[in-house]
Amino acid sequence: MFDFPYFITMLPDIWKAFQETVVMIGIALAISIFIGLPLGVLLYVTDKGLFWENRFVKNIFGFAVNLVRSIPFIILLVALFPLTKILVGTTIGPVAASVSLSVAAIPYFARLVESSLRDIDKGVIEATIAVGATPWMIIKDVLLPEAKSTIIRGITLTVISLVAYSAMAGTIGGGGIGDLAIRFGYYRYDNTIMISTVVILIIFVQLIQLIGEQFAKSLDKR
Amino acid sequence: MLEFQNITKIYESKNKQVVGVDNVSLKINKGDIFGIVGYSGAGKSSLLRCVNLLERPSNGKVLVDGIDLTQLSSSELRTARLKIGMIFQHFYLISQKTVGENIAFALRAAKTPKNEIHKRVKELLAMVGLTDKEDVFPAQLSGGQKQRVGIARALANNPSILLCDEATSALDPKTTLSILKLLKQINEKLGITIVLITHEMNVVKEICNRMAIMQDGKVIEEGAVYDIFAQPIKPLTQEFINSVVSFEIPDEILKDVKGQVIKLLFKGEVAGEGVISDTMQRFDVKGNFLHGTIEYIQERPLGIFVMELQGEKSTVDEAKKYMEQRGAVVEVVKHV
Repeated sequence: MFDFPYFITMLPDIWKAFQETVVMIGIALAISIFIGLPLGVLLYVTDKGLFWENRFVKNIFGFAVNLVRSIPFIILLVALFPLTKILVGTTIGPVAASVSLSVAAIPYFARLVESSLRDIDKGVIEATIAVGATPWMIIKDVLLPEAKSTIIRGITLTVISLVAYSAMAGTIGGGGIGDLAIRFGYYRYDNTIMISTVVILIIFVQLIQLIGEQFAKSLDKR
Repeated sequence: MLEFQNITKIYESKNKQVVGVDNVSLKINKGDIFGIVGYSGAGKSSLLRCVNLLERPSNGKVLVDGIDLTQLSSSELRTARLKIGMIFQHFYLISQKTVGENIAFALRAAKTPKNEIHKRVKELLAMVGLTDKEDVFPAQLSGGQKQRVGIARALANNPSILLCDEATSALDPKTTLSILKLLKQINEKLGITIVLITHEMNVVKEICNRMAIMQDGKVIEEGAVYDIFAQPIKPLTQEFINSVVSFEIPDEILKDVKGQVIKLLFKGEVAGEGVISDTMQRFDVKGNFLHGTIEYIQERPLGIFVMELQGEKSTVDEAKKYMEQRGAVVEVVKHV
């Protein structure tokens, strides 16, 4: 069932696919943190009873986030082809795939950030308001530090979701491990590749989870 | 000076209104340690939170040194808040920042120059007795130590008022006492007006000079702590006073008493004048103590005794009159 010599000959392909996966996840993660983090903070501070309470803003962004999250990823992927074409110039390859991955991951991560912030004791925020702190200080020195560990855990979750999404993106021209698994494992009944890709993904996800958790723990001073 | 003018706070929920604070007017003088006492739900916390507008009153004004805070813009309000420190029952320190950083946060809110922050943090830590804890995280501190950090943070910008929201309610009696001592010291040394809310009468007795009792959103009694302890008027006030100085005499005992039972109140110097022994020598009555204590409130003695007087009715009456002449307040608990 598992043909080891064949596996060895396929190693360069597997390695290339793995790199492609890492590239698309890396780009998508960077973008979703860059946009999702502020978006999550915005969703939180515009909520009822907080210092930038604003129903209008909250509803608009909340709606946009829910909208994207309710579209199945495989459909989002295809629907975003025109946008991808404009941004990257092509719809093929890991960089192109990272566009729709980012679009999917931004609202996901934003919601995780929002819920991390919600876990902070409101009293702590109130105490800093009483001290006379500006909203910006509260975000920078209270909200983000207090939620740091849970946000790290959110990043871990986002990466793991991205791994799953990246496999889907692979099937429609994104490349990477998912593409390899479909082409060899599914279309050609190549069990060796199928098993190897599954094992690689399992190890990859376990590693991310482990590193993320360790990091989150080491940062938490509670 | 801090003044509440007709403060009303109404909480709107789905289909009903709840009155948290009901038309409260209070004046708190500079340098006072003012205690607001009441059971939970009486509105004391809402009232306190109206001072720095953590809650906006639905109606009325809060004047801090003559300035109506409700009229300020949000940036003016932030500046005003720098001068109103606040500490909380659950401390509310930033858990991911060290003790030093927590205090520095308040200083940065006041835009203190960077090079002065560290020096001031050291000063504040020395004042609250935590010099060696600057680089420690709050999780490693005891409750009392956390409250000390809270106090240091609240005092960072030299406020004129310190608000204490049940500041000792989460602490054990010994720690409570040490925190109260610290607050008193701060009041005396820095002249900061302290407003504290509590449901523990002990706290008021320990450090407050004036107090108010709240019930159902209203202030039902207000005055100097000594006077209220000596002669509480409202039933709720009496209930609170009884929680610290109780003069309940068991019915069993009262049943067997033959003479008249009176309660004597000696305020201030009168307490030390030996009025009772003089009376016993002058009149042909037998006295028998059933209960009694001398409490020291604000360093002034307050003597309260319950005793039985046996003798001719006319002599007993004369003896009571004599004691009243000497400054005692006489109240008959049980007639013969």
